[in-house]
Amino acid sequence: MNSKKVIAMLSILLLVASTAVFAGGQQDAQTMDSAPAKMVEKVEVTGNPASGDLEIFSWWAGDEGPALDALIRVFEKKNPAVNVLNATITGGSGVNAKAVLKTRMLGGDPPESFQVHAGQELIGTWVAAKRMLDLTPLFKAEGWMDVFPKDLVNLIGTKEGIWSVPVNIHRSNVLWYVPENLAKWGIKPPKTWDDIFAAGDKLRAKGIVPLSLATTWTANHLWESVALGVLGADDYDALWAGKISWADPKVVKVWETYGKVLKYTNNDAASLSWQQATDMVVNGQAAFNIMGDWAAGYMSTTLKLEPSVDYGWMASPGTDGNFMFLADSFGAPKGTKNPDATLAWLAACGSREGSDAFNPLKGSISARTDADLSLYNVYSKSAAEDFASNRIVGSLAHGVVANEGFMNDFSTVMEMFLKSRDSQQAANACQAIAIQNGMGK
Amino acid sequence: MNKYKLNKILLYVVLIIFVAIYLVPMYMAFVTALKDPSEINLSTAWKLPSEANWSSFKEAFLLMAPNLRNSLILTVSATVISAMIGSINGYIFSKNRFRGSEVIFTLILFGMFIPYQIILIPLFQVLKTIGLYGSLGGLVVAHVVYGIPIVTMLFRNFYDQIPSSIMESAKIDGAGFFRIYSGLILPLSIPGFVVVCIWQFTQIWNEFLWGITLTRQAANPITVGLSQLAGGQAVSWNLPMAGSLLSAVPVLIIYIFLGKYFIRGLLAGSLKE
Amino acid sequence: MATFNSLGKRKDKIISILVLLPSMILVGIFVYGFIGNSIWVSLTDWGRGAGLAEHPVKNFIGLENYRFLFTNFIQGRFRQDLVNAVFYTVFLLVGTLGLGLFLAILLDRPVKREGFYRTVFLYPMALSFIVTGTIWRWLVAPSGGLNLIPKIFGLPKWNFLWVSSRDSILNFNWQNIIQIILIIASFVFAIILIRAIMNREKRVIIKFSIFLGLSLLYVLVLHRLLPPILPMEEAHGFNLATIGILIAAIWQYSGYAMALYMAGLRALPASIRESAMLDGANEFIYYAKIAIPNLRPITLSAVVIMAHISLKMFDLIYAMAGADNGNTGHPSINMYLTTFRANNFARGAAIAVILFIVAAFFIIPYMIHSHKERQGL
Repeated sequence: MNSKKVIAMLSILLLVASTAVFAGGQQDAQTMDSAPAKMVEKVEVTGNPASGDLEIFSWWAGDEGPALDALIRVFEKKNPAVNVLNATITGGSGVNAKAVLKTRMLGGDPPESFQVHAGQELIGTWVAAKRMLDLTPLFKAEGWMDVFPKDLVNLIGTKEGIWSVPVNIHRSNVLWYVPENLAKWGIKPPKTWDDIFAAGDKLRAKGIVPLSLATTWTANHLWESVALGVLGADDYDALWAGKISWADPKVVKVWETYGKVLKYTNNDAASLSWQQATDMVVNGQAAFNIMGDWAAGYMSTTLKLEPSVDYGWMASPGTDGNFMFLADSFGAPKGTKNPDATLAWLAACGSREGSDAFNPLKGSISARTDADLSLYNVYSKSAAEDFASNRIVGSLAHGVVANEGFMNDFSTVMEMFLKSRDSQQAANACQAIAIQNGMGK
Repeated sequence: MNKYKLNKILLYVVLIIFVAIYLVPMYMAFVTALKDPSEINLSTAWKLPSEANWSSFKEAFLLMAPNLRNSLILTVSATVISAMIGSINGYIFSKNRFRGSEVIFTLILFGMFIPYQIILIPLFQVLKTIGLYGSLGGLVVAHVVYGIPIVTMLFRNFYDQIPSSIMESAKIDGAGFFRIYSGLILPLSIPGFVVVCIWQFTQIWNEFLWGITLTRQAANPITVGLSQLAGGQAVSWNLPMAGSLLSAVPVLIIYIFLGKYFIRGLLAGSLKE
Repeated sequence: MATFNSLGKRKDKIISILVLLPSMILVGIFVYGFIGNSIWVSLTDWGRGAGLAEHPVKNFIGLENYRFLFTNFIQGRFRQDLVNAVFYTVFLLVGTLGLGLFLAILLDRPVKREGFYRTVFLYPMALSFIVTGTIWRWLVAPSGGLNLIPKIFGLPKWNFLWVSSRDSILNFNWQNIIQIILIIASFVFAIILIRAIMNREKRVIIKFSIFLGLSLLYVLVLHRLLPPILPMEEAHGFNLATIGILIAAIWQYSGYAMALYMAGLRALPASIRESAMLDGANEFIYYAKIAIPNLRPITLSAVVIMAHISLKMFDLIYAMAGADNGNTGHPSINMYLTTFRANNFARGAAIAVILFIVAAFFIIPYMIHSHKERQGL
């Protein structure tokens, strides 16, 4: 028995094993051909009373848990016969949860309903795989076509149908600051990026970070605000619709501006959490921070600060009148064991009562235009007003406008850019990944 | 004499510096766990809390109690099963070699080095097919199967220490495979079992990826419970730190009280002179 | 008597095989079968389009995924991850074994309360990488933790970015990677060759002369003649951000190496030490010339265990630096993101296979070595 024999044995074993598996794969393909083509494509609103088990799959635990619990209580009151299994899997904006969900779906064991970012993250992944049920009948039966804004319904649906029920709306393009500090430093709230650059030089001299930043995903988050500000809403939408190339000079300009913005950020960004970046503004180490409005929830609830007194906000530079949104939503996968309960759950998610129980605790606003604003704090009220009156565009960093493949590659391009700061290269790379991921031309 | 004393002092100084280094993370976890969330701040990370706030430990324990129970069941049963398999395998590879046994051993050993992410999807599918997905049973199977290579290796190394000559007289007396194993080898195996059990216990207790993928909520092990504590977008650091310490307690106890046997067992396993 | 004995032997052999069979079947399916499955998946285009469909389309596309990973410019991150994986493994080995040996030697002399020191050095091993990662993430935060240490001594605080530095050292151009590997290999071959010449082992001399000749042929001649393996220059190196991760990993596992070495040192008969001392050796010479060479089998076991652990760095990096941090990346994290976030199952499988091959580079020589050694027994 020498080493050659070991290797020979090893390769034979591997070969045998892989042929066996290969044969298994072939068999799969055959069963696919002969499988009956009939599939349920739409939910059926039957009005059956729901009972049995309902597994709700989400990544809301910890500080976000209470909001989900409130929503579940609303549901349980209406459907006392249903046993809710609240399956939460935490970890950085759903990274673990997504792996578990995908493994389960591939293994043929979908939960009754799962949390997903509304928009392309759902459409590009699950709708494209024909794994979701069209919810149009539910939307019609519940009268949701009138209470959800048109722009929103367009973004969560395709020509074939509507795929999820949004439970909340967050705003992405918000600039946060402490009014008292700005007054002390003699700075006015900035309207444009040039204002920030001018203020930034002044702040730098005082040893203050002009704009605080955290790990990679917050860099993506900042990028989308810069892009919206530089391109304007029309071109921003055109970019995602594939009408403007990523290599277009306008997009290169976005990267150039973004590179300039980065010069005004802290150099330890990559090791901070977004909360720590918010802390920097609150503590007076930094002047501004661009973050979604969960930062308002953090400052009001965890840090016990008073909105518009202890902290102030405005649309990020150049994006006034635009509301860049992201939303969590729940959908109905095909092939679940308890479709009645799924339907009842989705009805609760979209209901005014459910929405108003969930959102004040979550720090977000309701997706419905008829929410009871008296339940929300000062910040949320202003966000709700903007949501009703502004042009609505979708977020990149949070899955509204791009599919998951693109988002993953975009993070890689971002890492490249953070290292090289080469705008042209980043724009070209984005063009390449857009094509690879079946977006744009 | 003087030089001897100086050396001695130097030795203790160096040792104490290392003790400090090794204890720093524990200190940090403990101090943070005892703080009130509002008191936790990076720039004062090293400071003791203004007053000890034990409620985080209580809260973490209440939240993780079911996971703790699951992990105990999982770890104990998987450890016992894999130790038994390892012992008999090791006995064969060490004392009952046959033509080709070395090759089989090498092939089995190779299983230690696969990255577990690679087998996640097929593993899930197999467990689902045999009806074990979602329960602790499926997790036990996964840990036992992927534990086979390392437990076999540890036991084989251990048995290689025992001179084969002790088996000769038993063989002449006509004792067979199992009689020698249960009458002669097993009673000598306790140090081997200690090493293997400690190793497997630690590995299984601390495993996360399978815990989260292969079980449903009711059967989630402790690492998953811990990650629920640390989850959410706004993290208050006291709770995860308290949870980390709590979840480490069972394994820490093993190391503190059985560490001596662990080292003694390693001694038996690693020297082949 | 003889026939009885051989009959018993044959019976034992059959029993042995029967007892081993379940383990062999399980390992065959769960290890080799699944690896085979991954290799097959890596040769398909599973994940293009609707990868998560109930019956996903998997077309055979040969080595396309591998070509993509090694040549597409967006996959520069993957290539850096590979470089990181090699550095992680090497430094984890050097760090844990070096520190472990040092501590073992310290504790090899009469020390009061030895059990206390031993427990303190060993306890981190009881923690999971998730726990270690969570605690150390707090320790390596730039504005706190380790960077505040100099303040205790009244010095200005450090500003090192433990897990987020974008600097790297030992930079090289990826286009030269084969050349670099072969230059290193040539050195190894040359050393073996010289030793073989000194020991007059004819077969080894011939074998390694050929190896050396082939690598030098590539390094000196072929490298310039063949087209570059990558169309553009691409710098890779040792990322300083990995230092933070490495410190945590070494902190966790050096105690294990210490325990192994302590056991080994204790096992050396006292007489060896005494006779060495009588021959006028001091402590240093005793350890360098006598003790450490005797610990070789332990070092080998430790190398295997550490290589095994370095594959599981996933949890630690994930908890300490996050999955998107390109500076601390590891192929296992890349594989996870490619598979479960980007839904590209085939490319994820290809990364896993490559990771497996890299691991094999470390493992196969050990396995062959120990295999031969057992043959010698």
